[in-house]
Amino acid sequence: MPSNNVMPRSNVVPRTLFDKIWDFHRVGQRADGRDLLYIDRHVLHELHAHHAFAQLEKQQRPVRRADLTFAVQDHTVATKPGRDETTNPSGTAFIKAMREGCRKNGIRLFDVDDREQGICHVVAPELGVVLPGATHAVPDSHASTVGGLGALAFGCGTTELGHILATQVIAMKRPKRMRVRLDGGLGRHVSAKDIALRLIAELGVAGARGFVVEYAGSAMAAMPIEQRMTLCNLNIEMGGRSGFVAPDDKTFAWLEGRPYVPQREMWDRALAHWRTLKTDGEAAFDREVTLDCAALEPQITWGTDPSQVVGISGKVPEPAAIESGRRAAAESAFAYMGVSPGTPLAGLPVHRVFIGSCTNSRLPDLEVAATIVKGRRVADGVFAMVVPGSSSVKREAEAAGLDRIFRDAGFLWGESGCSMCAGGNGDRGEPGERIVSTTNRNFENRQGPKVRTHLASPATAAASAIAGRIADVRQLVGN
Amino acid sequence: MQPFTTHTGIAAPLLVDDMNTDQIAPFLPSRSLKDDYKVMLFHRQRFREDGSEIAGFVLNKPQFRNAGILVTGNNFGAGSSRESAVWSMLANNIRVIVAKSFADIYRENCLQNGLLPIVLDPAVADGFIARVVTVDGAAPFTVDLASQRISGPGGADVSFEIPAADRTRLLEGLDDIGMTMKHAEDIVNWEKEAALAQPWLQQAADCRR
Repeated sequence: MPSNNVMPRSNVVPRTLFDKIWDFHRVGQRADGRDLLYIDRHVLHELHAHHAFAQLEKQQRPVRRADLTFAVQDHTVATKPGRDETTNPSGTAFIKAMREGCRKNGIRLFDVDDREQGICHVVAPELGVVLPGATHAVPDSHASTVGGLGALAFGCGTTELGHILATQVIAMKRPKRMRVRLDGGLGRHVSAKDIALRLIAELGVAGARGFVVEYAGSAMAAMPIEQRMTLCNLNIEMGGRSGFVAPDDKTFAWLEGRPYVPQREMWDRALAHWRTLKTDGEAAFDREVTLDCAALEPQITWGTDPSQVVGISGKVPEPAAIESGRRAAAESAFAYMGVSPGTPLAGLPVHRVFIGSCTNSRLPDLEVAATIVKGRRVADGVFAMVVPGSSSVKREAEAAGLDRIFRDAGFLWGESGCSMCAGGNGDRGEPGERIVSTTNRNFENRQGPKVRTHLASPATAAASAIAGRIADVRQLVGN
Repeated sequence: MQPFTTHTGIAAPLLVDDMNTDQIAPFLPSRSLKDDYKVMLFHRQRFREDGSEIAGFVLNKPQFRNAGILVTGNNFGAGSSRESAVWSMLANNIRVIVAKSFADIYRENCLQNGLLPIVLDPAVADGFIARVVTVDGAAPFTVDLASQRISGPGGADVSFEIPAADRTRLLEGLDDIGMTMKHAEDIVNWEKEAALAQPWLQQAADCRR
């Protein structure tokens, strides 16, 4: 019930922040036992929107809260300079259908040519559409990227999307609670991406299934907001539908002044509430995990799921070192990736490098990569590409001269969108190519048929583009 | 939603864990608003780039071409939330997936579409998988949701658990939005209370306009 913040604290059972947000947003319980959770902000993209609009039209149901709903064209838009909705022909119908649905239903659309278009998980935070303690839903599994701001976000399917449009609630069983403590100072050139990959390696691709994850600890507290978003973005790769970080002063400073955040006295009132958004000291979690980040080196995937990870100085594992249940998958990954047990990752020749996606396309990601690239050249025969996460990120990067640094080094500088992360806009590799990619999934064929994807941080991707091989950024630029 | 009562079909063993939705329903260059979900299913496992079939993939084997039940390992449906990974099953008349476990979003998407996701305990699952492998498509299995049993060749009936509410929803083909709309008044009341307690949540305006 919304009145929970006036309950006397002395009578309150200690609760996690997840419980506080869930309880506040719980509208009721449905006959099938699912809780109905109110969704404060709902963000659509063009791959799923048309199905949901068509479904609602057929059922003659209106969109309940168009004013709390936003839409962004991202998955299928071309990234080629000078692009429009026809540049990627297989996306045109999707783009037009979402545009039409938004027009009919009065939904604010960030269209292909909007100066604030971009990847939905990048655009929503930078506009302040996402708020601490708010609930958020997107028909995309990386919805919980915005957990980096302290929002409770859920990825959903297409039918669920239609359900939220019609009712403004999501019907869910209450998940379990997990806390991941990240402690220790990070080494140079080690970032949230490396931490997330190591966590997925430790917990497995289903390690957080059924849980909502709260990230905490000293390494978390020290982390800038954009890196918190990278970490929460990758939560789904260990099976967790939602993950978040309790908001703090960094969060509030990051949000203040953004166009959709509450203004003036409403900001002050909201801020006072946001400062209370913490897990109580005695609150219990269903599972607790700790990772010491101090000894962590840059991480990279060697296989075809995001848990097949080694440190950059490591080697493709021997089958004997792999848990028996995971061995068959590893053998199949060796074959697909064209790697053998015992092969060092560093030194594998690279054909393509991609810096972008909802995981790693925010301004600080590009700044890190530019620092490494500056004054150097992309190795001969390597196709390297940077796709900013939003048109706003692109503008800011250009104002800072980053585009020149990348272009001078031989990178292609694209228009914003999801691009090569899932290849939905036609950006993809050629069969057999090895790609170092700052994205989130190294699944078979995801970046193109028979393409071999290695997931890594922007720093590692940039260093690999320069070296023409998978590279340890610490060796390229020194510690 | 189409109700689920019973379903009879050949059971095909897909002996992997962590099958992700990028494999189940890949983005194809031919994609359109009216995608061919029948062709989409496991497209890159079933077909080469030139369109020819890959003989070794289970659903391309003669005995499993018309499979109606898929039997698989842990964490089926990991990754992307794309619902096409369920629609493409239904387009191929696969209405039951028996697994050791499902990814969260995939399982929800199944329930939304009348596809029955059956989870068997690991030991029971291993036995059933072995049985399906031995039967090798020679005769169909029947899944009955009301009695929560799988019957078929090569052994005794196998019973399975499913949350009662999910079972009812599938059996009756309940409309998800319809179920929620019974709480329409609760939603209105919540909004009124939230507008007082945390008013910034109930408004999302661009301050520049």
